[in-house]
Amino acid sequence: MPSLTHGPLDVAAMTDALRREDCGAVLTFLGTTRDHHEGRRVARLAYEAYEPMALRELQALEREAAGRFEIAACVIAHRLGEVPPAEASVVVVVASAHRGPAFDACRWVMDELKRRVPIWKKEHFEGGDAEWVRGTPLPGAPEGE
Amino acid sequence: MQLNVLFFAQARERAGVANATLSLPEGSCVRDALDAIAREHPALASLRSHLAVAQDGVLVRAADPLREGAELALLPPVSGG
Repeated sequence: MPSLTHGPLDVAAMTDALRREDCGAVLTFLGTTRDHHEGRRVARLAYEAYEPMALRELQALEREAAGRFEIAACVIAHRLGEVPPAEASVVVVVASAHRGPAFDACRWVMDELKRRVPIWKKEHFEGGDAEWVRGTPLPGAPEGE
Repeated sequence: MQLNVLFFAQARERAGVANATLSLPEGSCVRDALDAIAREHPALASLRSHLAVAQDGVLVRAADPLREGAELALLPPVSGG
């Protein structure tokens, strides 16, 4: 089950929860906030989501990943609200019998998440101004067709 | 018909509200809702070609019909991760 949380993500607990006797690989990906963007210093990032739809889309990603790749389990968590630099804004954990499919599934999940899930990121720069990250139009947007 | 409109990210900031109630004639489609919202919030004009729309959490197209009492979400380009 995916989760959206307004506090720090518990990476160790998420990783441990996917250890299984039938799996030789547990892969954990952290998307962490970066302190620079196009040459400017970023003081902090803030995320917002259309939460019910984002949760459904994340759940669909977990399910689709399990169908596309030879993996045993996939769990995604995304943090919302303000996230200081170097902290995890997103965590994807994949467990599989062998490591290859876990790497493939994890990359696929992150690529799809950035395209499909209604979450938005705003960069607050040093100096006080802020900008929404340009992003990818969802299907149905005139620009995205 | 009455709809509850939700604004997110840039759309929320430009509209100056996070949600609003919209009244439209029976038989209206998504495009009609966007037209009415654009009249009410001219600051959204430059964003319109980038906006996707979800009705009750499901993406819809401009010509799709609206349902009475639906939740209509305006979704700018996404940037999670």
